[in-house]
Amino acid sequence: MPHLVLDPHLVLDNVSIHYEGQPAPAVERVSIEIARNDFVVLVGRSGCGKTSLLNVAAGLVAPARGAATIDGRPITAPGSDRAVVFQNDALFPWLTARENVAFALRLRGVGPAERARRADELLALVKLTDAGDKRIWELSGGMRQRVGLARALAAEPQFLLLDEPLGALDALTRERMQTTLLDLWTASNVGVLMVTHGIEEALVLATRIVVLAPGPGRVVRTFEPGFSRRYASGEAIRTIKADPAFAAARGELTDAIFEGEAA
Amino acid sequence: MTISSYTERPGSGIDEAEGLSVPWSRPSPRRKGISARMISAVTILVVLAAWALSVRLQLVSPVFLPSPVAVWNKFIVVARDGFVDATLLQHVVASLGRVFAALVAAILVAVPVGLAIGISTIGRGIFDPLLEFLRPIPPLAYLPLVIIWFGIGEPSKILVITIAMLAPVALSTASGVRGVSQERIDAARSLGATRAQVVRHVILPSALPAILTGLRIALGAGWSTLVAAELVAATRGLGFMIRGPVPGHGRGDHGHIGDRGHRLRARIHHPQDRARARPVGGTRMKRERKGE
Repeated sequence: MPHLVLDPHLVLDNVSIHYEGQPAPAVERVSIEIARNDFVVLVGRSGCGKTSLLNVAAGLVAPARGAATIDGRPITAPGSDRAVVFQNDALFPWLTARENVAFALRLRGVGPAERARRADELLALVKLTDAGDKRIWELSGGMRQRVGLARALAAEPQFLLLDEPLGALDALTRERMQTTLLDLWTASNVGVLMVTHGIEEALVLATRIVVLAPGPGRVVRTFEPGFSRRYASGEAIRTIKADPAFAAARGELTDAIFEGEAA
Repeated sequence: MTISSYTERPGSGIDEAEGLSVPWSRPSPRRKGISARMISAVTILVVLAAWALSVRLQLVSPVFLPSPVAVWNKFIVVARDGFVDATLLQHVVASLGRVFAALVAAILVAVPVGLAIGISTIGRGIFDPLLEFLRPIPPLAYLPLVIIWFGIGEPSKILVITIAMLAPVALSTASGVRGVSQERIDAARSLGATRAQVVRHVILPSALPAILTGLRIALGAGWSTLVAAELVAATRGLGFMIRGPVPGHGRGDHGHIGDRGHRLRARIHHPQDRARARPVGGTRMKRERKGE
């Protein structure tokens, strides 16, 4: 278990989610702990409540039972300590890339010069140095998600909540964005909670994979693949993916996701 | 950063703007070949030619349908010599001034109202019935009441036009606000935005295209209301030019308008034709004169 032992920061404790007007709960009794330095990925078939859980952590959805806390404080509303990146970028098209990144700083009343300086730093971090003055519609899907990540990091969050951030990208861009995500994660010392449909993506990125099953959403298994730590310590992503251990883990994870399927 | 400081997107020209466009809207790809402008120009020429032709063929009496050239000449005369104590420019300025004063008033009132309707249940509960009550009433119906309450001066004219503009602006704003993507709002909140900041930095700019559409509709409604208001009570403005001065009212009583028959004719014809209005010899006029 390569999982670093740290004080758990973001905690979902026995969380059940029940949407109004729904006969059954969407999620029942799920507990997840995320420390700084963790990269936790939620996987599972559609309807297993991955995004619902992420929204509870974000403070956008209140759990019906159980508790969501950050550093022991209950989560009652969204906050910049838990910045969210959505699948459909959710960028502001009336702002340039730089102004989008600086949005959180502007909300805090940071002056224009300091804002621009900090935004340019973050744009450089996501390898978009020259795109600062561009409008959102001038950027490709992958570039937009980079802007979205930089914008979230500008809020200096303790945790990044990623709701299928690479879901709308083509396969090649997706692969490159995975390493970008890992680079950001190692560089910025944040804890990540991410939802994805990609099995390989989960293996590459996660320090811990939580497999959920639907009806109602519950945890069926937890993996600690450790490939992302190998990448962080300098190993090339291709070497990792070519490792027979990667293929074995892939098979195991796929089985876990589709386990209850026959029933 | 405020809305006014958005920079215009590059290459935004009138020719490529179809419908409403905001500075950040994606530019439409330029099509080659004939432009819509060219087609429009041809359309206008065809309509003018049809007009001239029907005058030439005397399909309608030239008194009721003067030729384009006659209308143009009259336009020049009115523009140069003025019409009833004011030049054409002064009439136009008077009308535009009223419409734009009303537009500003409508924006100040209706945009916040629309925001309230779109954002909060309480706001919708308060303003929705009021707007739905006001919306179907034709401005001419409340015009007399407004004049009784607020007098015959400038404020009541502007007020009537403002009322006519309120509903389109407020309803468009509300629908624009309701159309703002939840993801955008959630993203802003998770970046630390307060409720007020979400409204100012996310909802308002997101709804701006819808608000602009509402303003455009409102300008149309305001313009037709303006003409009605000026028809009833004004000494200047384009609506006043349609009606002309009321004789015996102590002002603008021009000598060339004589008996009632002439006056009637002058009303039927365009005011531009008043100066040279000659008896048409229609039986209706004669009967009316007998009846006097």
